[in-house]
Amino acid sequence: MSIQVSGLSFSYGENQVLDHVNFTAQDNQLLSILGPNGVGKTTLFRCILGLLNGYQGQILLDGTDIEGLGIEERAKLIAYIPQSHYPAFNYSVFDMVLMGTSVQVSAFSLPGKKQKWLVETALNRLGINHLKNRGFTRISGGEKQLVLLARALVQEAKILIMDEPTSNLDFGNQVRVLTEIKSLAKEGYTIVQSTHNPDQTFLFSDRVLAMKEGKVLASGTPGEIFTADLIHSLYGVDVEMESLYHDQARVCIPKGVVEEEREKEHLYQFCS
Amino acid sequence: MEQSKRNTFIIIGLGVLLIITIIISFQLGRYPIPTKEVLGIALSKLFPFEPFWTDRVEMVLINIRLPRIVLACLVGCCLSAAGAAYQGVFQNPMAAPDILGASAGAAFGAALAIYNYGSNLMLTISAFFFSLLTVSLVYLISRRVKGNRILGLILSGIIVGSLFSAATSFIKLVADPNEQLPAITYWLMGSLAGAKIGDIKFVIIPMFVGLVPLILLRWRMNVLTMGDDEAKTMGVNTNQIRFIVIICSTLVTAASVSVSGMIGWVGLVIPHLSRKLVGNNYNHLMPASILFGAIFLLLVDNVSRNLLTTEIPLGILTAFIGAPFFIYLITREDETS
Repeated sequence: MSIQVSGLSFSYGENQVLDHVNFTAQDNQLLSILGPNGVGKTTLFRCILGLLNGYQGQILLDGTDIEGLGIEERAKLIAYIPQSHYPAFNYSVFDMVLMGTSVQVSAFSLPGKKQKWLVETALNRLGINHLKNRGFTRISGGEKQLVLLARALVQEAKILIMDEPTSNLDFGNQVRVLTEIKSLAKEGYTIVQSTHNPDQTFLFSDRVLAMKEGKVLASGTPGEIFTADLIHSLYGVDVEMESLYHDQARVCIPKGVVEEEREKEHLYQFCS
Repeated sequence: MEQSKRNTFIIIGLGVLLIITIIISFQLGRYPIPTKEVLGIALSKLFPFEPFWTDRVEMVLINIRLPRIVLACLVGCCLSAAGAAYQGVFQNPMAAPDILGASAGAAFGAALAIYNYGSNLMLTISAFFFSLLTVSLVYLISRRVKGNRILGLILSGIIVGSLFSAATSFIKLVADPNEQLPAITYWLMGSLAGAKIGDIKFVIIPMFVGLVPLILLRWRMNVLTMGDDEAKTMGVNTNQIRFIVIICSTLVTAASVSVSGMIGWVGLVIPHLSRKLVGNNYNHLMPASILFGAIFLLLVDNVSRNLLTTEIPLGILTAFIGAPFFIYLITREDETS
């Protein structure tokens, strides 16, 4: 299922947060939205998820405008994966994931066999079935993120929206979570995530949307738009961009730091 | 699932415990009645046979102890069900049934009825009515509060609650200090001493109407604890569910308080105790809270009517038992992993 956002604008009173944002994400695509904090990524997601009303522009799913869609209908199409968090009450991982099936269960009843089977399948799919009886607040940040991912999978929506899924994770867990996200995109999900890490964005994304001050600065495949200039205009930092493995990866190296080191090296060689 | 089986056993266990507590409660009192006679009188209502007990015993059992025991159970289960539900829909472990001013409104209604020399029935109706009125007022005000809906509800609850408390204090000030003031004060401390069959008839319908949806909506309450945004993205209409829960909880709380007076702590402590027993999943938490609440209030009421020659008001006892117990609960290492 494709998601197409066209001419999306939103303001909180006088303060315009989104200014004519356009992008499209297709099936099997992982779209990453890159940009500094406060650039409107969360507002964009809240508009898509139906948590904010009163935006201008259109959000189309497979060509159909979803404005005014009810909470239930929307949940069948789009699932949301928040940053890992502390809920008010501790639930077992199994119950936590089972909550994702709520849209399939009428308000006055309980999830049944089919829903429990979906949970087992999702937990196995993400390799976290051994956690199912553990308390959600007692597992690691990376595991929490995978649990929230499983909860979105059992919702059986084809579009996944992720708000900085790796921001609070250590390096190993970042890679593990991103690898899972990437393989989900390959299986047919349409995934939109916001992120902060340029190197990982290049490595894992199919499309990238660079945003600054509520506007789209650049969009396209990582290879097309990733330049030192882009990083500079996004974050105000001078970087050198190195291409590795025949341009399958690019890394950003902040400029000042490395040059100083090199100068020091020269100095040492000169002295000795 | 193992966990789920264990919880089912605990809930059945609580049910059995409740029945045992009820049978024991019938025996306790100024005239102790042996188990044999209690069971005999109960069975004779189903299968007529020759009584081996005196009419006096049957009279005490049916007219005095039965309404009191039934009301203790009903009030206990309603207050703890409402507390558990509120904790979920306000995403706040500290929520209690009176958070939206239900008790403050009932207190005002009761004081007003006593001040106007109302009958017992008038008192109950007035307390019930003002309790509903207060919560409706809180809800309407909260809809005009900008920003967070939950915060708006809780703040409006505090404001309107204290307004009604002040009004109650004013009635106490102007009431007749020999007759009315003690009656108001005593009502505020909570008691089931005057329980009658008529009280049960009055409260049973609102209690039933309120409890059934609270039990049925228990899965949705789980999702609401995740916060409004997440719950909505999972397809749960949070405002709608919260509205239904508020209506139902208010109904059962108002009905309870109107016959029992102010009984604090049950709606806060019992859900927490149940959380320790069966976990936070409302599938099990709701039935466990309901059964546990009934057992707890029945036990406390037994203490209230048997410990001293004069009745000890329930509100005082629940606080004396509830507060230290709650300190123990919150300072203990959380073992649920």
